[in-house]
Amino acid sequence: MKKNVFGIFGLLVTVFVITAIADPNFLSAYNMQNTVKWSSLYGVMSIGVAFVIITGGIDLSIGSVVGLVAVVLSFFTKIQGLDPIVAIGLTLLMSVLIGLIHGLLITKAKLQPFVVTLCGLLIYRSLSRWLTDNQSLGPVPLEGDLGFENLEQILMLDFIFSGQIPIGDFFKLPTPALFLLVLALAGSIFLRKTIWGRYLYALGNNEDGARYSGIDTDRMKIVAYVLCSFFAGIAGILFAFELGSVQPAQTGEFYELFAIAAAVLGGCSLRGGEGSILGVIIAAAVIRIIFNSINMVGISTHLEFGILGVVILLGVIGDEMLKKKMAERQVAASEKLAAELSGKSKGTQNLE
Amino acid sequence: MSSDSGLLLAVKDLKKSFPGVLALKGVSLTLGKGEVISLIGENGAGKSTLMKILAGVQPADSGDYHIDGQKVGFKNVREAMDLGIALIHQELNLAANLDLASNIFLGREPGSKGFINEQKLHTEASRHLKRVGLNLPSETIAGSLPIGKQQLVEIAKALSCNARVLIMDEPTSSLSQKETETLFEVVKGLRDEGISVIYISHRLGEVKELSDRVTVFRDGENAGELAKDEINHDNMVRLMVGRELSEFYDREIHKPGDCVLKAVNVVSPTYPEVPVSIEVRAGEIVGIAGLVGAGRTELLQTFFGVTPSLGGELEVQGVSFSPRSPADAVHAGLALAPEDRKHHGLVLPMTVRENASLPSLERDQKMGFLDHSKEKEIANVAVEQMKIKTPSIEQAARFLSGGNQQKIVLGKWLAMNPKLLMLDEPTRGIDIGAKREIYKLMEKLAGKGIAILFVSSEMEEVLGMADRVYVMHEGGISGELQKNQMSEESIMQLATGGSLSA
Repeated sequence: MKKNVFGIFGLLVTVFVITAIADPNFLSAYNMQNTVKWSSLYGVMSIGVAFVIITGGIDLSIGSVVGLVAVVLSFFTKIQGLDPIVAIGLTLLMSVLIGLIHGLLITKAKLQPFVVTLCGLLIYRSLSRWLTDNQSLGPVPLEGDLGFENLEQILMLDFIFSGQIPIGDFFKLPTPALFLLVLALAGSIFLRKTIWGRYLYALGNNEDGARYSGIDTDRMKIVAYVLCSFFAGIAGILFAFELGSVQPAQTGEFYELFAIAAAVLGGCSLRGGEGSILGVIIAAAVIRIIFNSINMVGISTHLEFGILGVVILLGVIGDEMLKKKMAERQVAASEKLAAELSGKSKGTQNLE
Repeated sequence: MSSDSGLLLAVKDLKKSFPGVLALKGVSLTLGKGEVISLIGENGAGKSTLMKILAGVQPADSGDYHIDGQKVGFKNVREAMDLGIALIHQELNLAANLDLASNIFLGREPGSKGFINEQKLHTEASRHLKRVGLNLPSETIAGSLPIGKQQLVEIAKALSCNARVLIMDEPTSSLSQKETETLFEVVKGLRDEGISVIYISHRLGEVKELSDRVTVFRDGENAGELAKDEINHDNMVRLMVGRELSEFYDREIHKPGDCVLKAVNVVSPTYPEVPVSIEVRAGEIVGIAGLVGAGRTELLQTFFGVTPSLGGELEVQGVSFSPRSPADAVHAGLALAPEDRKHHGLVLPMTVRENASLPSLERDQKMGFLDHSKEKEIANVAVEQMKIKTPSIEQAARFLSGGNQQKIVLGKWLAMNPKLLMLDEPTRGIDIGAKREIYKLMEKLAGKGIAILFVSSEMEEVLGMADRVYVMHEGGISGELQKNQMSEESIMQLATGGSLSA
């Protein structure tokens, strides 16, 4: 499992070095801050979808959830003049409810995750547009808005979610990186150290096997979808403050694909049962740097999706080859052992 | 080589290994023209592996294989069929939606330029159907026939390829007594026509009736040969298990304690019409016998909450219990080692440690966190107690042999101290050493007062291990036999829907 992370880390270093050589401006403090910020924003969503992918499921609605959360938050703080903390609480609650509905439809109504979350993608996107009459808006109120009285509080939140903290004389750390750090750590501990994390891996590898071991697999799947939407909700709040202006029709569009791409590139198998948070966030950074690099090196931006596709494909192929090698080595070890034991046990077959 | 010239088929010193197991350690087999031989042995003795090699399903690692004195080595089933070797599979392979003629000539339809000559197809098919005693129109849809007749269609299909050797792997495992008799008539008729048969079965009565000679395998090796006049139950069993039966199934009858599982009119969803009542007491080993498809697995799954009961009442140690999921059953102290251990019993890509500790995690948690030292302890105890052969507890379960995988399944349940341990075909596909260890373990657990309920299709296993046996037929209990009433005949009688007095 650790070896997978080495692979993706190698890719990160490679992409990083190539871009830095092609254009030294890549290493400028401003560009680095941007890279860290966008990698963090993508990273948060990718961690969420990793939980679902580890169970063998999929969530296509992430981008629309990001959009809806950003829209609803702005609607609350700017138009409705709701207390901003309450507004954040309510939007996060909404994201949790969305995940709960996904989980229930998938486990209790036995619908396919692809279908449920595809419908989610369509529904939440159109809700965003309908709610705002497709007018763009941001979380920070202007004079004349109902929420203007909370301006001070909102600016403070704006700093928390999209501010910068100076580190040394040159570099300013974007606050989303702190969110990523905390969430990644929590996600990792959840997956590796808690029994629920183990259950997610077990059911992703073999749902029946997990169920026959007395695990409530339905509940664990619901947990995964709730976490996924919740992380998308946090990402939605981060994006709302970061962008300042939310486009109901566009904000978050295709983000589910970036998140899934990062999860897959980071070592999650869509068959389930595999993957680590560290791999996924490194992969999210790789994807950001590739976009950055395409811009800086001057390759036509029309090619950016194509290049991303090729990199992911190569990464996944490399990963499969590595896994095959490791499996062969393990089989060889087992065979050797079996041969030794069958030679030894000829004479003595007694139990006690 | 010239000494083998009288033989239709001869193999010598054949070896075959799979990851983690040496399935065949150098076996030999001969077959003359018009001879019916039986190949017997416990599960995992290597019978099916050899048959697959003979029929070209898989290649051997090394060894000689002669047909008509000529050395052969098949790359695929088609090459074997061209030389007249046909395997009748344990599971039938007919396309249920096609008619009999199309099934018989599937892939070899007479005709030209891509068009099928329907007339020739049906006349030829009818001819072969008659040879196996089926006087049915060749337009009959295969899926509409009962299993016994489908089996005969399979044989007709083999004959249509000019088969000279029919390999029949457990052909009667899902046949009624009547269907079995019909099959035997057909086999005897074919033998008189000069066709040779290799017959594999666990039913020693059938073997005795049908065979000109018996070859016995044990643990991937030849254990002995019996000529026609030496074929009897005791000789066969002794060669199969390598020692006297009583020694192999080392049972001590414990005085049964309180009732652990009591089922009254429980209804499994597969057989909604047939309520089932049984009980298992502490320290008892109770068997469930019956034909394939009699509803035995479904019954265990209902007890375990996989497919919740549609009615009736269940009690565990006198407390009413209605499991909606395996999680409920595990909480009530039940454990199930399922028949399909690769899909239900284990999470194969996970390690021995992760598999062994999976059910215990909830109990051993520290506020939701894993207790790593406890986990390792459980895995180490399982490896030690069960004698699991693995390089380490960090080895993925899928790289271990079937026997060792089954031991992990048992190990993980033992860590839970179950009140009732249910085992579904506990020794299927397991080598004889591991088998013996599993029997010893069952005995040991019963001695500790755990109630054990096991399903088995292996007659010897049921007779050897069970204190008491329930026989199932078409979803219901057709009879209960005490130790002194248990015999191959009485069990088969009940399993095929007969009653004891008949």
